[in-house]
Amino acid sequence: MSLSHWWILPGDPNAWWVLSGTTLLGLTGGVLGSFAFLRKRGLMGDVLAHAALPGICLAFMLTGSKHPLWFLLGAAVTGLAASLVITGITRFSRIKEDAALGLVLSVFFGIGIVLLTHIQHSDHGNQSGLDSFLFGQAASMVESDVRLMGGVAVLLLVLSLLFFKELKLLCFDASFGRSLGFPMGRIDFLLMMFLVVAVVIGLQAAGIVLMAALLITPAAAARFWTERLNRMIIISAIIGAASGMIGTAISAAGYNLSTGPLIVLSATAMFAVSMVFAPRRGLLAKWIRLLETRRRVARERILSGLYDLLEQKRAETVGAAELEAVFPSFRRDLSVMKRLEKEGVLQLCRSGARISEIGLTPKGWDEARDTVLRLRMLDVWLMHEHELDQVLPDREREEAEIPESIRPKLMELIKRHNLDPSWHPRLHEGGSAS
Amino acid sequence: MSEFWIILTGALVASACGFLGCFLILRRMAMLGDAISHAVLPGIVIAFLLSGTRDSLPMLLGASLFGLLCTIAIQTLKNTGVQSDAAISVSFTSLFAIGVILVSIYTRQVDLDLDCVLYGEIAYVPWETVSLGGIELGPKAVWATGIALILSLVTTMVFWKQFKLCTFDPAMAAAVGIPVTLFHYLLMGLVSVTTVASFESVGAILVVAMLIVPAATAYLLTDRLSTMLMLSMTVGTVSSVAGYYLAKWLDASIAGCITVAAGLLFLTAFLFSPGHGIVTRRWIRRRLKLELANDSQRT
Repeated sequence: MSLSHWWILPGDPNAWWVLSGTTLLGLTGGVLGSFAFLRKRGLMGDVLAHAALPGICLAFMLTGSKHPLWFLLGAAVTGLAASLVITGITRFSRIKEDAALGLVLSVFFGIGIVLLTHIQHSDHGNQSGLDSFLFGQAASMVESDVRLMGGVAVLLLVLSLLFFKELKLLCFDASFGRSLGFPMGRIDFLLMMFLVVAVVIGLQAAGIVLMAALLITPAAAARFWTERLNRMIIISAIIGAASGMIGTAISAAGYNLSTGPLIVLSATAMFAVSMVFAPRRGLLAKWIRLLETRRRVARERILSGLYDLLEQKRAETVGAAELEAVFPSFRRDLSVMKRLEKEGVLQLCRSGARISEIGLTPKGWDEARDTVLRLRMLDVWLMHEHELDQVLPDREREEAEIPESIRPKLMELIKRHNLDPSWHPRLHEGGSAS
Repeated sequence: MSEFWIILTGALVASACGFLGCFLILRRMAMLGDAISHAVLPGIVIAFLLSGTRDSLPMLLGASLFGLLCTIAIQTLKNTGVQSDAAISVSFTSLFAIGVILVSIYTRQVDLDLDCVLYGEIAYVPWETVSLGGIELGPKAVWATGIALILSLVTTMVFWKQFKLCTFDPAMAAAVGIPVTLFHYLLMGLVSVTTVASFESVGAILVVAMLIVPAATAYLLTDRLSTMLMLSMTVGTVSSVAGYYLAKWLDASIAGCITVAAGLLFLTAFLFSPGHGIVTRRWIRRRLKLELANDSQRT
């Protein structure tokens, strides 16, 4: 039984060539795209792909041949020119990067259209196939195309592995790299070269829009999963390669759908999955964290509010009406209180269906006292930052860790301010707190 | 006469796009035009499939809807913490891919020529006219782009202060109680409608170029928003006239030539702008140096 019958691909050997071509393309796009993404050059793929048109036309006008090699060369030359123009515009004028990108994209494409129509209108022999080169036909790739493309892709991968350290430095801290004596400008140019070549080899298979997507979507998806560059590149490469494979496979399965858009959509689907399900940075994880924080904050607020009130009154329970006066969102807090009752932290006395009195269980007393102590420690810390010689972390104050070293000092300060949470009826009755 | 109509359409597109482009450039959303011009494809196809005609109105609606959808997707992705360039790229490439797939599924049953819709040809503008009650009212494109221009002009006139504040200082705008998000989407809506109204007649390339290039040129020439808007519209109009004759001379695409003309105007401003041109600045520096040398010789 041959593999091709087991898999959804038809037995046609050329389909295997197409599959390996698109997979390799996705892999290269994923790796190089990660660097471009971190350099905030995600739209560069789009620009370079558009800038290839004048190059292809020029190559045809100069050589008169339609050999892919000439096209690649022409596209590489104008792609490089486009990236230089972008750098020039952003460096020597107040035009921002995004405007420079759009400007170069549209003007270069405009020049390309002018050349293309000029060729079509003048008698330049058989010029058909020039624009199909731009819009890409993965399914029409043949063995020789894939060999050429694959060779270049492998070369790009090897080169980016060789220059990995330099590229990493470029992405994270270019000015630090410069201070170490690395020629950052030249390394940036090198990355640009890699991108140009990647776009150019991808164009024929995939077209403008796919190349724009292959250079950014896998990297953006990978970014959700990790904070580390090495892992990000690996994940991005896997996502890129998988999109190439899945897109090609679906396209080969029939229905006459074109390969390029299917590859884009496979990548988008993986991006969407990453966005929702990635741990830590994914939407689901963020949402769960938010819920947890909300729950914790509500719990702390209720326990400490209740404790403060009990402490003031030197009482064991407090009437619901009194609590309602102190808590502005009492109705909403009621559901939290009921949950706390189930956890054995609160005691709710009911008269009929209404809650009349609210008190704490022994376990609740301990937790409330700990919470109040913590909050008051944070308060005095903020008041005495100077004295303690330690600044309270500004962000998420409520969650800040209190370092063990300043705890005794804080305790002292709390006592000095008479904020010691010492009210505990059972302690005063001589019972134990637990 | 047809020459006049083509140049007029070009000038109207250039003015309408150049006007909105200023806001896009100042808000660092220049790539939005490119994104929208790709993202509207599924809208066009769906409108065509639903209405069954190649009438402009349903297509205009479908395309505008998807243009707006694209900007919402971009904004949503940005809000979830995706880098802005990635947000733009991911949104428009996937919408365009959906469009291409829809075309490839249905194109065998219907005749939808993509070249006509997305890559419209400005040279055919004079032949597609509208008539009302038997009276010829001129080319349809002139009406569509003219209405889009007037719509943008009127909207920005009415909300001039709000647009200005939202553009330069969104935090301040929010602080004084301007609904920043609403104005963001109002602007996006205008861009979407203008883009769509224009590229049926002139093609996406020209629209994308006119959204960015004249505005960037104007940005190099002035520091005042009102002057920048005027200059941008002027640069666009000049490009349209110059581009038309360039195209005639080269026997090439009119839209392409208008883009090239706009690019040349930008280059001129880039080199010779009184305040920001690199040649001008170098020249001023040299003169200052000479004066300084003269002064020190004299003393």
